[in-house]
Amino acid sequence: MSNSAEASNVIGSTRTVVIERVFPHPPEKVWRALTESPLVAQWLVKNDFEPVVGRKFQFRFEPMPQWDGLIECQVLVVDPLKRLSYSWGSLGLESVVLFTLTPAEGGTHLRMEQSGFRPDQQQAYGGAKYGWQKFFDGLERVVGGLE
Amino acid sequence: MKPANANYVFRALADPTRRAIFEELTRQGEQTVHALTRNAGVSQPAVSKHLTVLKRAKLVRHRREGRETHYRAQPDALGPMVDWLRDYGAFWRDRFDQLEAVLERMEP
Repeated sequence: MSNSAEASNVIGSTRTVVIERVFPHPPEKVWRALTESPLVAQWLVKNDFEPVVGRKFQFRFEPMPQWDGLIECQVLVVDPLKRLSYSWGSLGLESVVLFTLTPAEGGTHLRMEQSGFRPDQQQAYGGAKYGWQKFFDGLERVVGGLE
Repeated sequence: MKPANANYVFRALADPTRRAIFEELTRQGEQTVHALTRNAGVSQPAVSKHLTVLKRAKLVRHRREGRETHYRAQPDALGPMVDWLRDYGAFWRDRFDQLEAVLERMEP
């Protein structure tokens, strides 16, 4: 029993991926699944996550050719039973993941929004000021003009 | 036309000068190497090298006219990159399915 809706709006007005679903479980339980490292490992991926604002951690996917499988993250928001957010840095693209929990009839409405895909400030792009953000703005314009 | 390998597209666009050349072509339409060199702020051999990388990623096409080579952008070639971002949607959908299974297994 769940309903889901999702939007992957990359070339529209934003660079945001949104997934929403109602889980037939109370917010307390969903919050635990989002914040207890061993549980997160069961549905997302191996990690050393701790729900402490400012804490840096990694998600560890299987390495692939040309990718070490590591997602570099930092906890941004811990608002128990309501909101959880962390940065998500991969392949030089920095994005932000935000989970929002809302009590719903018979369970919890969970919304995941991944947005930004900004240039990772830590990563050197040869001192490039011409960053990915600008590039994605351009990408939208270019692809939007295709039709 | 078959899409280029996504690695070629990412590699081609990871370089700021190449992105600038590509954007210039999408904004201004077809241009010669000479015109591109004037705007790029790097030497003509450097621009030609960048164009070769963009060509391999199928982000630009060229045609010869007399002694000049004209380049134009092929924005369709951005497809692999757009797909890659879309994949994030598929990724989270899949993970939500697994989250649902974990919640089922958890003690109430």
